This record gives sequence, C-alpha cells and structure tokens, in this order.
Amino acid sequence: MTPTATERDRLLENVMSRHHYAGDALIEILHAAQQLYGYLSPALLHTIAHKLRLPPSRVLGVATFYHLFRFTPPAKHTASVCLGTACYVEGAAALADTVRSCGWTLEVDRCAGACGLAPLVVCDGVPLSRVTSSQLESHLRSSE
Amino acid sequence: MTGESLHQVQQSENHRAAALKDRILCCTVAGCLSGGANAVRKALTDEIERQNRHAEIEVCGTGCMGLCSEGPLVRSSARDVIFSNVKPADAAAIVDGTKPGDIKPDHPFFAGQRRIILANSGHTDPERINGYIARGGYRSLLRAVTEMTPAEIVAEVRKSKLRGRGGAGYPSGLKWELVARQPSSTKYVVCNADEGDPGAFMNRSVLEGDPHRLLEGMAIAGRAVGAHQGYIYVRGESPLAIERLRTALEQARRHELLGDRIFDSSFNFRIELRIGAGAYVCGEETALLASIEGKRGTPVPRPPYPPERGLWNNPTLINNVETFANIPTIVEKGGAWYSQIGAPASPGTKVFALAGRIARAGLVEVPIGTPLRSIIYELGGGVPAGYEFKAAQTGGPAGGCIPASHLELPMDYDSLQSIGAIMGSGGLIVMDTSTCMVDVARFFMEFCRDESCGKCIPCRAGTVQMHDILARMTRGDGVEADFPMLEELSGLLRAASLCGLGQAAPNPVLSTLRHFRGEYLAHVRERRCPAGHCEMTSNGGQL
Repeated sequence: MTPTATERDRLLENVMSRHHYAGDALIEILHAAQQLYGYLSPALLHTIAHKLRLPPSRVLGVATFYHLFRFTPPAKHTASVCLGTACYVEGAAALADTVRSCGWTLEVDRCAGACGLAPLVVCDGVPLSRVTSSQLESHLRSSE
Repeated sequence: MTGESLHQVQQSENHRAAALKDRILCCTVAGCLSGGANAVRKALTDEIERQNRHAEIEVCGTGCMGLCSEGPLVRSSARDVIFSNVKPADAAAIVDGTKPGDIKPDHPFFAGQRRIILANSGHTDPERINGYIARGGYRSLLRAVTEMTPAEIVAEVRKSKLRGRGGAGYPSGLKWELVARQPSSTKYVVCNADEGDPGAFMNRSVLEGDPHRLLEGMAIAGRAVGAHQGYIYVRGESPLAIERLRTALEQARRHELLGDRIFDSSFNFRIELRIGAGAYVCGEETALLASIEGKRGTPVPRPPYPPERGLWNNPTLINNVETFANIPTIVEKGGAWYSQIGAPASPGTKVFALAGRIARAGLVEVPIGTPLRSIIYELGGGVPAGYEFKAAQTGGPAGGCIPASHLELPMDYDSLQSIGAIMGSGGLIVMDTSTCMVDVARFFMEFCRDESCGKCIPCRAGTVQMHDILARMTRGDGVEADFPMLEELSGLLRAASLCGLGQAAPNPVLSTLRHFRGEYLAHVRERRCPAGHCEMTSNGGQL
C-alpha cells in the first residue's frame, strides 16, 4: 500500500532526524526521499535544503550529479537494458532500440552483474536473459 | 562477545550442521536470480515441507558458486555436488538425493581455482553470521585484537606483499603503514565497493555471498591503523548487496563484533554504510570521499593523498573490497604463507569475472600469474564451437585488449601493463571475430564521455572529441588524419586529466590501435568493417 502524503512527509522527517539533519547525509536522504515520493520535485528539494540548512543550489547540485536521481515522475512501464560490455558485444544496443520502438521507457544499466546470461533486459522488474529482439518485442507487447 | 563465546558459537553451529542429513544451498544472487533461483528455492522448501523432513534437511540461500552461465545452481553439501540449470520441477529428485549431480569438485571449472576470497561463497548462508563463524570467521579479528599489536598486524600485511585489488596494485602494507604513522587521533577506514566497470561483478559477489569477511577485514584494518570508524561505499545499483550488508552489520553489532570494547578489549570500531547514486567517477578515491561527505563526487588533486588527508581532512585508509577480504586469511595464516601463492612480485589470488563468448561464464578465483590461456580454455572451456577467439578485454573502460598472440601471458599486474592492458578490478570479457575492435573502443569511450564528471577540461572535452572520431570511423567516415589526432588526444588526456578516469580513458583506444591497427585501417581506407559489425553508412568520406 502506498503511504499517504502526510505519512510520506513523516517518514522522510524520520529519516532526516535519524541522520541528525546532517549535511553529509544528503545523499542518503535524497535516496529515501526518492523512494517515498517516486521522484525529486523542486518543492521536495527545497524542503530538504531547508531542513538540512544547506543552500538549495548545493542540494540541486548534488542531486543532478548522480544518475540514479529522477526529477520527473517515473513512467508506467520501464525496461532496463544492460549495456555492460558482455551484453553490448551480444547485441544489447539493438535491444535498446526495440524498447524504444515499443513505447516503453528505456533505462540503461551499466552492468547488472549477470554477464553469464547476456544480453539481459529487466522489464518492470522481470528479468529476461539471453533475450533476442523478437522475444523482447513480444514480451513488451504482451505486457502493455 | 568473548573469545570463549565465539568458540561456543562455532561448536554449536558445527554440531547443528552435523546433525543434518543434508544442507541444500541455492545460489540466490545476480545471475542465478535472473534465471529464476527464487522459484527453485521455494520449490525445494515446499518439497521438504511436503515430505515433512525439515528437521533433517535444510534449504538456504547462498552466494555465488561461480558458474553463472549454467545457473540456477544448487549445491548439496552432503553429496558435495552442484546441480546446474535447475528447474522448480527438479526439487523432489534433489531432496530425495536421486538427481545425479552434474558438477563435481574435480570439474575443470573448479579444479583450476584457488579460493581464498570466495572460500565461503556458495557454502554458507550469507544472511547468518553463525554460518561464517562456523567456518572460522572472526577468529582472525580475535587474534588481531587480543594477541597482536597494531604494528604486528601491519608487519604481517607488509610481509604478505598484498597489492591493492582495485586495479592500481599499490602495496597495501605500505598504505597501511602510512596511515598508522599519522599522529591524528581521528582516522577512518573506507571500503571502496563502488564497482562500476561494465562487465565486472567480483566485489558484488563478495558483498552478496560473504559480507562478514569484508567486515572482519575492515575491523582488523581499523585496529592496525588506529581508526574507530569505517565506511563502506557501495554502489546504489546493487540492492541485494546493500541488503546483505545491512543484515551483516546488524548481526555483527548484535554479537558485539563491531561497536565498543570488541572482545572485551579497549578497541572500538563501527562501520556505516554509504550508498552511491550512480556515478562511475566515485570509484576514484578522492571523488568517493567527497561523496561520503554528501557532496558532488568530483575528484581533487593529489597529493595530499588520503592516508594523510582524506575524509573530513583526517588520515584515511581506502582499500577495495577484495583487498579487505584477503585480510582475515593473511592474519590467520601469516603474511609469509600468503606471499608464497601466485606470482612473486604480486602474490595472492585474483577474482575474475569471465564473460562474453566463452563456454563457461562466471566468477573464478585463480593465483595471480595464471596464464590467460588456462583461465579461458581450462576453466572457461574455451570459445564455443563455431566461433574464433579474437581478444580478451581486461580492466573495463580503463583497460585494454589482449590479442590471441598473447594468450600465454601470465595474468599479473606487471605483465598486463607491459602489453598495454591492466589488471583492473577483474572483468575479463572474451570477444570473438564477430566483435569489431573499433566499435569496442568507441563503446568504452562513450562510457567515459558519459561518466566524465566535467571538472577538468582534458577529460570533459577530450572524451567527446575522441568519441566523435571513433563514431565517425564506425560509420565509414574516418579520415587518415584521424590517427595522429587520436594519438595526440590520448597523450593529452593521459598527461593532463585530473584523475584516473580521464588518464585511463585512452587505454582501450591505444591498446586496440596497437594490436588491431589493421582493423582501423580497413574502416578508414577501405570503408569496410572486417568483423561485419559496423554499418558503413558513409556518405563518401565527406564530413
């Protein structure tokens, strides 16, 4: 069950308080915030900056530096194509094109650590290993 | 916890195991998980429940067994065999002991290995501290705290001639000594677990398969250098590793193996977890420290090096996961023993992640100096029929390619460097003749371009320029003048970049130019890709 807005606010407050509102825990707090709210909105970043007594520029600067933070709500369907070296040499670049052409949101994973099963695509959390473009396409079409 | 109670836990855990008829271990990490390991584990648990035999047979999850390409893997401890490609339907036969095990310990994949870092991975349940203690875990910490002085621990590490496993190969003993010598009363021990090379999952398998080994290694390091606080900086993309570490830290705290007055001594040591957020550059030590401090992960010029001024300007010991994972064994068996394994100038073992066009892909641990040929052909089973070996890539985006003519090369730091490759953290990707080396170079350059933090211009602009040239070549639009330009840019990046990311970014280009120049020439002069990979959409060479 997804928590209500007030619950989320309270949970985030708990995380910040556990870290004593310390600026050096900013990245941990951003992780927690994204997990609770799905993404980091400008208002949310301002709140965090205010609570940690950091300049908003510092909070935005840190948040935008790291790839894992999102600033727009996550899409309905996401496929994460592993583009680690093993997957790349097995043709993962073509799989990324397939994801795009099927209208799913494409995420790129640098290495999922499943190199023995390359190429790997994780579709909404479901891993497809040693997958071909046509297998991927039929999976994506059938799970829309 | 006292030494006495550690011994008791070990004994009672061993008694418990001896009373079991069998312990069935399911690999539940990375590759096997993607292959459906959780369903297999559930089927086994259900089957035991159905037969009402949970008093005599135990099912538990475990870390990587190594042979990832044949997963999901399940091990029967009593029969000492591994079952490969297990399906949930196999559960009954495994529980009954009627399924023939297809992988025995003398299987060539395992026979050629020497396991120190991965000794427990695949044999214990990483979520139970008692499993680690049963196999002698935390005894080295006990020894380090109660029987050895900090100077003696450092001396053992020096004697072992252990070199940093993060890639650069700096002698660990020297680094420890530097930190130990600092007069500051506040020091830190930091574990670099930000393994970001594409195609590398060595560290991750230690975190997922045997997290307590890392905690023990770090605590011993803390005792040796005089630190009371440790940090593990782990990649945010590895949720299972994070979860296992959290569990392990909680258990170690509860058993008072971390915290105040460890083994009733005056030694205090705590470890905190810091989660990365997807920036490859944070594997660079000064960037990593900035990130622990909650800042943008950009590197700063060295010196001062972290052993003098690191985290919050205090002396800081930074080592890689694998380096720390060696420490409990070095303390247990002695530095002299350790220095006898592997190559004389770089003793010990190294974990490699074997992947690409190879019959048996997975994780192997071999003595340093093992020839590349035996890793690929004996352990890995060679290149599958119908394909031809072309090159092995080591060290990821900072490394190079090893051509077939160097297959006899011993895999140690210096030999690899001599042919323009690096040991790196241990990714080893086998490529066959259908892989285009120009495109591989372009792939790594694209990676470095995307991951450049943008702080210094040589790296920020140089990687963009180099990538453009390589991309042009793979389209069939390369020109002769691109060669001197690539070499000039390479020299510039190497000499003028602030950190290792930029300095090493040209390596894949230089190494492929060195060993596969003909392929580049074919792209540029004949507008042809010998591997048949690149689509030459050239417009006649006009830019």
